[in-house]
Formats: sequence, structure tokens, C-alpha cells
Amino acid sequence: MHTFAPDDLQAVWLTLKLAATSTCLLLLIATPLAWWLAYSNKWYKGMLAAVVALPLVIPPTVLGFYLLLLMGPHGVVGELTTYLRLGRLPFTFAGLVAGSVLFSMPFAVQPIQNAFEAIGRRPLEVAATLRAGGWDRFLSVALPLARPGFLTAIILAFAHTVGEFGVVLMLGGNIGGETRVLSVAIYNHVEAMEYEAAHWLAGGMVLFSFIVLLALYLAGGKLWKGVR
Amino acid sequence: MKQIRADFKIQLESFSLDAAFNAPAVGVTALFGPSGSGKTTLLRCIAGLERAEGSLQVNGETWQDKSIFLPTHRRPLGYVFQEASLFTHLSVRANLEYGLKRTPLTERKVPLEQVVEWLGLSQLIGRGDPAKLSGGERQRIAIGRALLTSPRILLMDEPLSALDISSRQEILPYLERLHRELNIPVLYVSHAMGEVARLADHLVLLEKGRVIASGKLAEVLARLDLPIAHFDDAGAVIEAAVAQHDEKYHLTRLDFPGGSVWVGKLAQSFGIRIRVRVLARDVSIATQRPQGSSISNILAARILEICDEGSDKVLVKMAIGEFELLSRITRRSRDLLELKAGMAVFAQLKSVALMA
Repeated sequence: MHTFAPDDLQAVWLTLKLAATSTCLLLLIATPLAWWLAYSNKWYKGMLAAVVALPLVIPPTVLGFYLLLLMGPHGVVGELTTYLRLGRLPFTFAGLVAGSVLFSMPFAVQPIQNAFEAIGRRPLEVAATLRAGGWDRFLSVALPLARPGFLTAIILAFAHTVGEFGVVLMLGGNIGGETRVLSVAIYNHVEAMEYEAAHWLAGGMVLFSFIVLLALYLAGGKLWKGVR
Repeated sequence: MKQIRADFKIQLESFSLDAAFNAPAVGVTALFGPSGSGKTTLLRCIAGLERAEGSLQVNGETWQDKSIFLPTHRRPLGYVFQEASLFTHLSVRANLEYGLKRTPLTERKVPLEQVVEWLGLSQLIGRGDPAKLSGGERQRIAIGRALLTSPRILLMDEPLSALDISSRQEILPYLERLHRELNIPVLYVSHAMGEVARLADHLVLLEKGRVIASGKLAEVLARLDLPIAHFDDAGAVIEAAVAQHDEKYHLTRLDFPGGSVWVGKLAQSFGIRIRVRVLARDVSIATQRPQGSSISNILAARILEICDEGSDKVLVKMAIGEFELLSRITRRSRDLLELKAGMAVFAQLKSVALMA
């Protein structure tokens, strides 16, 4: 029976931590953003939508490169974080989280935005005529009706962060326990011709992804339609 | 001051509304006009769903003026949309209770049982998925849901137009019942004259975003200067009461100040008020009381006004007691009979439509 090296286990744990943290942050950021994109009529809505979708088309290394410059000692973000005594973000776990959130943004925003758009204004107007205030309308009508969109967003954002390589490498390097995530660990094993260790990690990742998706689809039959 | 005073201006993409009207805060006021006349927009402004400039007072309370804009959820109104728009993620009962739960206890005046009885919901309230109900059933739930917030005014935006004819027939009696039992004013948007003649007490006529007339239903319907008088189904409305049942011929006599009409036998008992509608095309005119006519409803009338309609027709407005009646006849008949304002004539009613 193969046993995982402590380094590899650390990488697995780090990856899950990164994906979970990023997904939570993404939901907090993507929900209001998706709401605004779905319901606003402002002229700059198209521009913002394009910016959000940008990570879909630009290579991860390009994104990682610019983030590195921005967060570095001479970058705007770098100067800000230094000024706030937070230190610098590159080559830290926080830096990876920041990169992942940006990189996975479209995967979280778009399903939620589509769900809000599919609901339309009518149910919210109905709720308003039934005495529900803004937050109440959001929690009691928009959120439950958009549930399938949120579920899709969570799956896509989590999976996309787990599989990320380019941004991590540019931004986080290869520091064990801090920034060495699964994809980097696999790369290291392959580089060192340790194919067996690479297989266990890579195969484990495929299996894990499959089980998560399967569980969601099976349990989701009810969830996706919304529970009454 | 028991009145609704509304005055709104709003510029939308392809359409501008500049409408002001006053309506009594009792009974049903119909906002009537062709599609695109701004009826729905006006209703949405009243609900605060559109942010229009202007002012709105309901029973002396200001909901909107230069410095105040109550958001929709703070306006004590009920709104029934064209489509029932039930919440698909909630059960039928949870839909009904959505607004009720959000209405402060001290303001709750309409108990659930009452609404269930009025709208015949006892068979429906236990059903789970609202999507499995028929269109008419869903609309009844939507009306009940709105009433359960104990609104001070009920706004209805063509609540029947999305339904098929049989669902409409199913719902109309419920609306008439609400009309009798509710003591809150109803603003009812419609472009169907039949519905308006049946339900409304007061009429606000809209055209191209402007109010062109407003007043009591019977008075507005009988005004020859308005476009509705020249519709094919133009006609007058008379409020009458059951006066006599004739068992032998199976007829019922309805009396109104100034005359009476015979209609097919009704189930309603003596004294019950019935609204009848007489279409202008169903009324002919004679200068002497006709003898040997099969038409049994012949009323003594006095001509008030005659107005040309197209190249061959004229529309004649007559007074019968307190009520006004319209008759559409040919221009030739007018000249042959030498009809003119002030003349005493006899109106023959070929048919009388019962509205309740």
C-alpha cells in the first residue's frame, strides 16, 4: 500500500484550504457583483462584465505575471499592503488566495448572474408589494430561487481553484506548507522522475473530483430544482 | 379625506406618462384605455414600482410628493399582477402567508379564513406546488395573497387578461363578491369594456399617457365626446333592483328611477341590486309608443344630444329618469323621424345584458 509522503499530504491539505477559502471569498464578492450585473442598467455594465470575464481568455501565466508586478514591492497593491503593515503578498498563502479569487471570478459570477437574470424582476416586485424590504426580498426570494446558480458557482470555483497551476507558480512559487499546492507538487514529482508519487497524487485528484461531482449530482436532483 | 389623488409624470424609453386623476376611496375605479395608453405604468407608479415625479395621496396620507417617496414595501397596498406570479419555491400556503407574516399584528384586519372563504381556496390551500394549479386557481391565490396584507387599497393590473375564457368566467364571480364585501378601494386596470362595465363604479380613461376623462362609470360611458362612446360595444350602464318575478312567463322585472325592464327570470330575491348594460346598437327609437311590437322593453325617454358617427350613423343620447341611454341609428332614420335634442321619444331595447 502506498503511503503519501508528509510533503505530499501537506500539499493536499494546502490545496483544499486554498480552494475552500477562495470559494468562500468568491461567494461574498461574486454575489453582489452578479446582482449588480443582472439588474443594473448603467452604461458601464458591459465594461465591468468584460473585466470579470477576462480570466476566461487570458493565459494564467499572464494574469500571474501582472499580479506579481502589482503585488510586488513597486506595485500599487504591494505599496498599499506594505503601508498597511501587512507585508507583501507574493510567495504567501494570502497571495495565492488573492490570485485564485481573481482567476476564478468568472466561474463564480456568471452562474449566479444567469440565475438572477432568469428570475427577473417580477418575483422581487411581487415580494415588495407584500411588504418585504430589500434584504428580506434578497434572502426570501432571490436566494432560494437562484439556488441552482449558487451550487454551480460553488462547484466550478472550487474545482477551478484546485486545478490551478499557472497563477500559483508565477505568484506563489514552490514553498512547502505555504504555497506548494497539489498541482505544483505533481509537477515537482514529474520533474524528479518520481512517476509513482505523481500517479498517486494525480489519480487521487481525478478520483476526488469525480466523487465530489457525483455526490453533488446525485444529491443535487432535489437541490438543483429547489426544495419545497 | 376619503379620496385617492394621483399626479405622475415619467419618461420611459418609448413612452411618456403625464397623468393626474382623483378617485373616490370606495368601490372599484377602472383605469381604462387601449394598450400602450399607460394604464399599467400609472398603476406601477402608484405602487412605487416606477420612480415617477409627482404626488400621491391615499385617504389623506401622502405616499409621495416632492420630498417623500415611500418605497413599495412601505405602501400599505395589495397588487395583483397580470400573471399570478406565485413564488415557485414556496407551497400554496406559504405563498398566501408570505405577506401576512410581514404585516404587523396590529394592522392585520383580514383573517386567513375569511380570504379562504371569499375566494374559495379551501380545496387549494393544502396543495404543495403552485405550478400544478390551473391559471384561474393561481390567480385566486395571488389575489388572496395580496388581500392578506390587509391593504388600504387594492391595485389590479388586468388580472383576467392572461386567463382563458373559462378561467375568466370562473374568477369574475369572486371579483364581484370582493367588490361587494371589501370596504377598500380597488384600482382595476383593464382594456376589456365588458369587465369594466361589470365591475367598476368609477372610470378613468387614458389615452397616450394622458387622462382624457374621469368620473362615475355611467356618466363617462354616456359621454358622446369620448372615443369609448363610438366603440362597437359602446353602451350605457343602469343600476336597477329586482322588483317582481313573473312565474308564468319566467321573467323578472328590474326597476330603476325612471323606468323598468323585463329580463329572463333571475334567482336573486326582491330588492337585490343588479347592474344591466344596454349596448347602443341594441337600442332603437320611435317617436310614438310602438303598438304591436314584440319588444317588451320600451321606455319613455327624452333626447339630450345627437352626434354624427362616420358617414351613415348617428349616436343619440337619451335621458330616462336619472339614467342615460345611448342609441346608434342611421343618419337617414334621424332625418326621417326629425329627431333633435329635447324631443320626447320611446327607446326600444332589443336586449339587456345582466352584469351580475
